[in-house]
Amino acid sequence: MSGRSGSTVSRGFLTFLALFGVWLALVGTLNWEELLIGGVLSAVAAALGYRYMIPVGVNFSLRKLAYLIAYIPVFFWEMIKANFDVAYRVLHPRMPIRPGIVLIKTGLSSDSGKLALANSITLTPGTLTMDVRGDSLLIHWINVKSEKTEEATEIIGGRFERFLRRVFS
Amino acid sequence: MIWLVFFSFIAAGIALSLARAGLGPTTPDRVVGVDGTVTITIALMVLLASFFDRQIYLDVALVYAVLGFIGVLAVARYLERGV
Amino acid sequence: MRVFGEVLIGIGTAFLFLGGLGIFRLLDVYNRLQAGTKCTTLGAFSTIIGVGFVHPAWMLKAIVIGVFILLTNPISAHALARASYRNGIPLWEGSVVDRCREFEECSRLPKEGE
Repeated sequence: MSGRSGSTVSRGFLTFLALFGVWLALVGTLNWEELLIGGVLSAVAAALGYRYMIPVGVNFSLRKLAYLIAYIPVFFWEMIKANFDVAYRVLHPRMPIRPGIVLIKTGLSSDSGKLALANSITLTPGTLTMDVRGDSLLIHWINVKSEKTEEATEIIGGRFERFLRRVFS
Repeated sequence: MIWLVFFSFIAAGIALSLARAGLGPTTPDRVVGVDGTVTITIALMVLLASFFDRQIYLDVALVYAVLGFIGVLAVARYLERGV
Repeated sequence: MRVFGEVLIGIGTAFLFLGGLGIFRLLDVYNRLQAGTKCTTLGAFSTIIGVGFVHPAWMLKAIVIGVFILLTNPISAHALARASYRNGIPLWEGSVVDRCREFEECSRLPKEGE
C-alpha cells in the first residue's frame, strides 16, 4: 500500500463518516453515550481499516455525488420494469424464455465501477452477471435479443454506463 | 384481515422455494432454493416485527440477512473449488 | 401513510410469492437464479420499506436492512451462477448461445489463486 495519491487524512475521515453514519442508523437514538461510543469505535475502526475501505486514487467531488444520486431513480425504474418482466415470464403458461450467455464490453476501468455495473445488470430485466474478465462481462440473458457483442453491450449496459462512467471515472 | 393475505403470500413463496430446495436435481438448485427462502424469511421477520409491534425483531432480521449472505457465499466458494 | 405502507407491503409480498413460483417453475439453475434474485430482492425491499412507512419510528433501521439486501443479493446470485457454471451444470437445452465456452478456463475449476 505505497502510493500516496489520495491523502491519508481525507481517506480516513471519509471512512470515519461512513462508519459513524451506519452506527447512527443502527442505534437510532441521539443519546450522548451512544454518540460517544460510536464515535470512538468508528475512529478506531477507521484508523485501522481505511486502507481497505477506500482504495488509493479514489477522489470524491460533489459533481460525482450528484450523478450518483441522479442514478438512483434510473436504477429503481429499471428494477421495477425488470420485476414485471420476470413476473410475466413466470406466470405465462408456456414460459416464453430464450436463455443464453452473451459477452459484453465495458469502458469502466475501476473495480468499484465494474462492481456497480455488474450489480445493476443483475437487478435489471432478464440479465445476470456471471463473470468478469478484464473489460468483458459474461451475462446470462433470459431472452437473448442479439448475440453480437456490440449490440448486446448497447442493449444491456448502455443506460447504466452513461451514468457510471461519470461517477467512477 | 389484510395480514392474512400478506402471510399467505409469504407462506406460499417459502413453500415453493423450499420445495425446490428439496426436489432440485443438482446441488446448485438446492442452494438457489435455500437462498430464496432466506430472503423471503427476512421479509417475514420484518413483517412479524410490525405484526407483534416489537422492534427487537428488526435486529434479528438484520443479523439473519448478514448470516444468510455469508452462508451462501461460503457454499458457492465450496462448490467452486472444494472446501 | 399507513395505507401507503400497507400497499407497499402488499406489492412486496406478491413479488415474494412470484419469486418463489419462479424458483419452483423455471427450468435450469441460471433461469431460477434470475427469478429468485430479482423478484425476491424487490419484494423484500418493498416489504421492509412498507413496514417503515407503517411505523415511521423504524424507518431508519428498515432502510439499513433494505439497502443491505439490495447490495448483497446480486453478489450472492453472481457467486452461485459462477460456481454452478464452473461445476459443469449444463444450460437448458433450449438455450440459444453460450459465449462462455470461448474462454477455455471458464469451464474448468481454477487450480490455485484465481
